[in-house]
Amino acid sequence: MADDVIEALEKKENQEPSESEWKETGNGPILSIGNLRVWFELKKWGFAHAGYVRAVDDVSFDLEAGGALAIVGESGSGKTSLMKTILGLYEPHEGKIVFEDRDISRFNKKELDWYRSKVGFIQQDPYGALPPFMTVKTILEEPMKINDVKDPKEREERVLKVMEEVRLSPPQEYLEKFPHMLSGGQQQRVVIGRAMIMEPDLIVADEPVSMLDASVRVEILKLLESLQKSHNLAVIYITHDLSTVRYFSDRIFVMYAGELVEKAEVEQILHNALHPYTKALLKGTSEPDARNADIIKEIPPGEPPSLVNPPSGCRFHPRCPKKIDGLCEIKVPPEFEPAESGHLTACWLYDNDVDKT
Amino acid sequence: MSEKPLLNVEDLNLYFRSSKGIVQAVDGVDLQLDYNDATVILGESGCGKTSFAKAVLRLLPRNVESYCGSVELDGLNLMELNDEDFRLQARWVRMSLVPQAAMNALNPVMKVGDQVAEPLMLHQGMTKNQAMEQVEDMFKRVGVPVDFLDRYAFELSGGMRQRVIIAMALITTPKLVILDEPTSALDVLTQANIFNLLKRVKSEFDVSFILITHDIATSSELAKNVAVMYAGQIVEVGDAKRFFDEPLHPYSDKLMASVPRLRGNQELEFITGKPPSLINIDMGCRFAPRCPKRFDKCDQEPPVFEIGSRKVKCWLYEEK
Repeated sequence: MADDVIEALEKKENQEPSESEWKETGNGPILSIGNLRVWFELKKWGFAHAGYVRAVDDVSFDLEAGGALAIVGESGSGKTSLMKTILGLYEPHEGKIVFEDRDISRFNKKELDWYRSKVGFIQQDPYGALPPFMTVKTILEEPMKINDVKDPKEREERVLKVMEEVRLSPPQEYLEKFPHMLSGGQQQRVVIGRAMIMEPDLIVADEPVSMLDASVRVEILKLLESLQKSHNLAVIYITHDLSTVRYFSDRIFVMYAGELVEKAEVEQILHNALHPYTKALLKGTSEPDARNADIIKEIPPGEPPSLVNPPSGCRFHPRCPKKIDGLCEIKVPPEFEPAESGHLTACWLYDNDVDKT
Repeated sequence: MSEKPLLNVEDLNLYFRSSKGIVQAVDGVDLQLDYNDATVILGESGCGKTSFAKAVLRLLPRNVESYCGSVELDGLNLMELNDEDFRLQARWVRMSLVPQAAMNALNPVMKVGDQVAEPLMLHQGMTKNQAMEQVEDMFKRVGVPVDFLDRYAFELSGGMRQRVIIAMALITTPKLVILDEPTSALDVLTQANIFNLLKRVKSEFDVSFILITHDIATSSELAKNVAVMYAGQIVEVGDAKRFFDEPLHPYSDKLMASVPRLRGNQELEFITGKPPSLINIDMGCRFAPRCPKRFDKCDQEPPVFEIGSRKVKCWLYEEK
């Protein structure tokens, strides 16, 4: 996964458009996604159409400049497909992605290269994301070479600066090292440095700490947080782990089977989750407490559905403990706003006109 | 129930040869485990926790430099057995393993039913039909649909594969199951379901678990006792209730402070520095270079101090 991103980035021969070509944007959202669908076509015998994998279905949201957003979901919920589409690696089936007032689906190659220099990507597995035969210095210089920073002196200055920022100091000690000579935490710092070196406006972080040890995990989360604040970065943090989210984000979107089922502020989700799936996720996340060992938790059985033939109506209904017969399996729930404003959930339980008995 | 513990490990050492020197992966480890009990071994990567599991199960790689100590399991002195007797009397008879990366631990070209039946045929000399009957029964008990017997591993989801592996570990009704990071690659809900299963298995089958993990939060789902491992040694052992509320060793304390929590407002901490290399270890407490409470005495290796039923390897707890 990481390789194809690098490849895609490396293939490009890039030129940054002149400043005048892009007007500075105001306070509007930096990234705006409207009714996005990412479907993958399935083929029978290599050519006949045999349906779609509906990885992302009808997803819309806005992200403000400097805002931090977490997308939480299990594997197969479509969060990676959503991320890759935002990075411009997949083409959406339908819908729009607007970055700084420009629709990215209309970008030509040159514009797409500019876009990719504005959007940094932090991969999940740092060792897999770093080319093994390149030194830290070459790895960090690569994006600048692609983006036509021709002066070697300037490149070196920026490498040193970014290394100080991600706290690989003293930089001289690490410049000539290869990825395998670094610890997991240091590798992840190089990955973060590489994402930061073009001074992006948006960072997409795909489970940046899930492969790291407990003590290092916190270090990296804190580093990301400080970078976000000091550079006023917009961040999309993709994770399956609800417990790391609140150290880092303002808003959480919960994704299930390709759809966003709940959108809210972090505290609203943690203290007043509405959707049954979110509630199950919260219950399933352990806190270090010895009493856990004596309790059997009530967890919805089963596994997320196949996205080729997702369940009709609400996609969570086959596992939902609060399913309303005759409704949930037939009609797709719209978004309701039953509690605080800005706390949206797609669940029929919160429709006032529905008889819940 | 007998008075002796099920597992009694004393001064277990496992050293490996490497091109740079001798790696002291497991160094002087003591551990006791009762019947129908559960102990969690917590530690970061490279602390020797998987090597400990391998040492107990005698699944050793070729580059072993030294392997000594005493391991007593269910009244049987394991270190005195030769390899063949160990296979006949201990491995998969008295104890079994749920390996790390269980997702990939199944043979891809064998039907899962046959794989689960294999230990029965090898260790208890059953015929295939007898074994398959038992496998069917076991699948029902761990929640795998019986028509999965004829499937291959790639046809199962991650959670189902994990259940199959657990079925395989339980099929010979061992007294001890060692679980090495059993849920680290699974989703939150699947993980919670697997821990529910393990809790039920523990009460139904009268088995003991050793759970090896780096994930402190989920480890509390199973733990009766907690052992913390650092740089090849166990630095703290105690019962889970008191450990999670108030860890003794400075390393355990820091480790607990680094666990992200859903609620509450405590600031997250991290441990500066990195674990020492296990080659050419310096004298003294191995955590000392990173320890915030370090003092003069830490230059010498601390003995194990007993505080009630808890044990801790730290000079801070020396009686004055």
